Amino acid sequence: MSHPTLEDVHVGHHIVGPKIYLTILLILLCLTALTTGIAFVDLGIFSPIVAIGIAVIKATLVILFFMHVKYSSRLVKLTVASGFFTFLVLITMTLSDYISRAWGLW
Amino acid sequence: MDSQTIAVRQQEEIAHHEHDHPAYLRHHFETVEQQKEAASFGMWLFLLTEIMFFGGLFMAYLLYRNWYHDAFVSASNTIGIGLGTTNTAVLIVSSFTMAMGVYCAEKRNRRGLLVSLALTLVLGLVFLGIKSVEYHEKYVEHHIPGAGFSIEDFVHPHDKRDIPLSPDVAQHAQIFFFLYFAMTGMHALHMIIGVSILLVLIYRARQGAYTTGHTSTIDNFGLYWHFVDIVWIFLFPLLYLISRHPLH
Repeated sequence: MSHPTLEDVHVGHHIVGPKIYLTILLILLCLTALTTGIAFVDLGIFSPIVAIGIAVIKATLVILFFMHVKYSSRLVKLTVASGFFTFLVLITMTLSDYISRAWGLW
Repeated sequence: MDSQTIAVRQQEEIAHHEHDHPAYLRHHFETVEQQKEAASFGMWLFLLTEIMFFGGLFMAYLLYRNWYHDAFVSASNTIGIGLGTTNTAVLIVSSFTMAMGVYCAEKRNRRGLLVSLALTLVLGLVFLGIKSVEYHEKYVEHHIPGAGFSIEDFVHPHDKRDIPLSPDVAQHAQIFFFLYFAMTGMHALHMIIGVSILLVLIYRARQGAYTTGHTSTIDNFGLYWHFVDIVWIFLFPLLYLISRHPLH
């Protein structure tokens, strides 16, 4: 069993072109218009869920294409994913602490 | 490792130095790709600490919005949506021009890189300009938390007759505006740092620094700029959108 050589971890260098950037730009602008429009529709408790959902889609597009993560090595992909995952874990644990104390008072 | 192997290695080393490899390849990296990979990995680690930094602010917002829901909804509705939406668009377009800058640097197109960086700089300044107009509005409306804070504008969020919130509830709008200024202020500080770095990058790009194949500086600045864009992508709905009254 040999150690991985440089060739194994080498990632084909991929240059993302203006066409992809322009497509992503247009999608992002459309989503911005969409989320602003939806804000004026009464969705009750789903209003924040929809707004955050659209924001997550926009952020994912920026990360994958503008920040080249889609074309990056597994190391970078894992780093990015673990960062956001840790953030979600911290939010969840903090909130679960708050909602499980002093019912109705917080 | 026997002495023969060492001798061979040494010869390889000598041969290596005579090789025609790019001057920007540091001696502790074996290939340009490895150097590039290390640079962007390091930049991402820094951005992870930034996620945690802004994450604390987002967590505070989440919690206080649940605690003081009516005050937060009411306060959020006093913010005009037009300037915020414009700013979102400005920032997204600036992310596009920055991405084009990275592309031009990789294509060794000095002119294209300069145009992209200059456009990104201008759009960044436009964002900060619009933001300061918004801050001025808050000042005029006495919505800056502190002794001069006025609770007159805060009406009951679920009533169409614009009934004022009771004073004790309305006071909690100060927490909304404290978080508003803390979050947008921290974001604006990142923009100011970004704009300052852009000035240096443009100066160095004029000298042809980033169009010789070594693009890590531009790549990493691009990552920073896009990250600041992502923070705004979340600030915009949280502060401006999710508490909006339906049109009536």
